[in-house]
Amino acid sequence: MKHTLSILVNNHPGVMSHVSGLFTRRGYNIDSIAVGVTDNADVSSMTIVLNGDDFIVGQVKNQLLKLPDVLRVQDMAYASSVQRELVLISFSITEVNRSEALTICNGFDVKILEMTEDSLLIEFSGNSRQVSNIISVLKPFGIREISRTGQIAIAYRNQNAV
Amino acid sequence: MSSTTEAITGGRLMVELLEEAGVEIVFGYPGGAILPFYDELYHSKKIKHILVRHEQGAIHMAEGYARSTGKLGVCIATSGPGATNLITGLTDAKLDSIPILAITGQVSTDAIGTDAFQEADIFGITIPITKYNALIKKADDLSRHFEEAIKIAMGGRPGPVLLDFPKDVQLEKTTVRKASSLKIAPHHYERPKVKGDPQEFAEALNQAKRPLLYVGGGAINSFASAEIKALAEKANAPVTTTLMGLGAFPGTHPLSVGMLGMHGTAYANKAVLECDYILNLGARFDDRVAKYQDFAPNAVRAHVDIDAAEFNKRINVDHILHGDLKDAIREILPFVKGGDRTSWIENIQNLKKNHPLDFDNSGDSIKPQDFLQRVYAKTKGEAIVSTDVGQHQMWAAQYYLFDKPNTWLTSGGLGTMGYGLPAAIGAKFGNPDKTVICVTGDGSIQMCIQELATIAQSQLGVKILLFNNNFLGMVRQWQELFYEERFSESQWTYNPNFVKLADAYGIPAMRIEHKSEIEKGVEFFLKDNGSALIEVMIPAEEKVFPMIPAGKSQQDLIEFKDLGKLKK
Ligand SMILES: Cc1ncc(C[n+]2csc(CCOP(=O)(O)OP(=O)(O)O)c2C)c(N)n1
Repeated sequence: MKHTLSILVNNHPGVMSHVSGLFTRRGYNIDSIAVGVTDNADVSSMTIVLNGDDFIVGQVKNQLLKLPDVLRVQDMAYASSVQRELVLISFSITEVNRSEALTICNGFDVKILEMTEDSLLIEFSGNSRQVSNIISVLKPFGIREISRTGQIAIAYRNQNAV
Repeated sequence: MSSTTEAITGGRLMVELLEEAGVEIVFGYPGGAILPFYDELYHSKKIKHILVRHEQGAIHMAEGYARSTGKLGVCIATSGPGATNLITGLTDAKLDSIPILAITGQVSTDAIGTDAFQEADIFGITIPITKYNALIKKADDLSRHFEEAIKIAMGGRPGPVLLDFPKDVQLEKTTVRKASSLKIAPHHYERPKVKGDPQEFAEALNQAKRPLLYVGGGAINSFASAEIKALAEKANAPVTTTLMGLGAFPGTHPLSVGMLGMHGTAYANKAVLECDYILNLGARFDDRVAKYQDFAPNAVRAHVDIDAAEFNKRINVDHILHGDLKDAIREILPFVKGGDRTSWIENIQNLKKNHPLDFDNSGDSIKPQDFLQRVYAKTKGEAIVSTDVGQHQMWAAQYYLFDKPNTWLTSGGLGTMGYGLPAAIGAKFGNPDKTVICVTGDGSIQMCIQELATIAQSQLGVKILLFNNNFLGMVRQWQELFYEERFSESQWTYNPNFVKLADAYGIPAMRIEHKSEIEKGVEFFLKDNGSALIEVMIPAEEKVFPMIPAGKSQQDLIEFKDLGKLKK
């Protein structure tokens, strides 16, 4: 099962190695990792998506909390948090399918960053399922390059919200 | 943050911080990248530096010192090869939760990352094997890193920390310095409040008919011996310890059932099978003890630990108390009731009688078990004993009974050959008035044998008990029992003359081969406070029993008397 961990860490050099090293050392695979500084320049926020049962995630949490630079670990339950990922996709178009491509982009709430004769460069953000979705829909056109940020997440203040 | 008026170099500041924290002794080896610090150390009147022969020796000495005193152990190395020579010791200290501060020289900050001469990314290399590490980039940061490092090494579940100290930062001037409250004294640091319900916890124990306390190395780190004794006596519960927990509960106490696990006593391992309640006090359900989820199959399981990550890590438990062991036991004690455990205690006595530790002492050869028993008697059980790794280690664990904590120094988690001799040296520096014995094998001693020079140089009274079977004995035992006697690369076709070798270092030495020489040997070995090496020739085929074969559990224990069963 996929779990999303939101982790606050001290913004020091080496912290990233400490965190990712912990996963390597214990043989856990990271599906995605996204890091950015918070409003406090001394604190960074990491979102790590990993695959594992509750036991593994519990272990990871406990081990993470042992690192002196880790300030908080939150396991994001899907229902009570927003999860987003940004993707940049460049794909091929032809004269024939250009309008079909544009229709899809409109339907998906996609931002078009560049359009040439034979290609489109788009930006899309959504949850990971939506991102995977758009990738598969665009695949038949011929994808040239993809860059995904990895998922970030934040808990709703109002825990009833979805 | 307070400032001194006068700017001093990073190197000077490091020395002052060590002095203020109460560090009296450091073990190390100089080199180019750590020279500015060494130059400052030269002027220190408070810190004694022990020059070793190999950095691995330095860190194991620091470990031996830390384990036997409960204080922080400090070691120093230069950059690159000096620093990488600490790796084994750092890993050892991590697995056995020993508080160690390693200070390593590093190339100057402007050269870092350029593959400079003697540069190694020791920060990166040691991430997985330290509890904390840092590269000190500016002299202004030193004080903060130092404080953090010591607190982390000594606090909670102790462990090794490493400060990587570039040469230019050692020379850089700073006035930034924290007002220090640091101390390396044992149990100086604040402990988090115990979490859990002590009353409920105690009640499960009260309800048990056949309780067993299972005591690990955490008991030593938490200085909880008195509390454990009080608990065992109040609950009338037998106590078994892990290899790491030896000494945390008196091995001579009527409630003691000795060590459990792979080479633990048969009665301890059988008690685990029979108990209906097992209380883990600062142990970690290590795989040499608790192989499978069915560990203590008939028991309610309870666990006290300072490291929350240990709960349900390998073995699921029913009750948890999270906190320092000493504090936790103090909290549960008032709720513990006596209860009539007569039949359980009788049962244990019968197990002890019917399944004793055993060996065949007929014949003319010297049996290591016999020799150890005599050393035990002669030292009245009051020595500090370090070991290397192998059969001799297990015989020492079985036949020297430890009554006091911090007197048994062995590499439990990592099983580091080469640990014993330097650990004994470190312990002797920390306990000059005690008898310190290193029990070792002909294989292990050769891994850090150069530290004989450190003994000679400091005229240190370290006793070395070398069991020579001309084999890597433990390897041989496995090959004999599980590889149809194919002794692949376990026999020494060349061993030095250990007596002459000791002689070359000015250490009195003697070899004995026959039973008739035992008494003379023990006498020679322990006659005064000086150093001595005794080489005891033992039969290569002597084995360690009982034994739980690798991958098996308590049910599959093989005793000395079952030897025939194995060789089918
Ligand atoms: C550094 C290291 N290398 C290899 C081993 C594997 N090992 C475990 S016990 C042992 C044999 C030890 O032989 P010796 O020191 O002569 O002791 P004995 O078993 O004969 O008492 C070996 C090679 C180890 N524990 N540590």
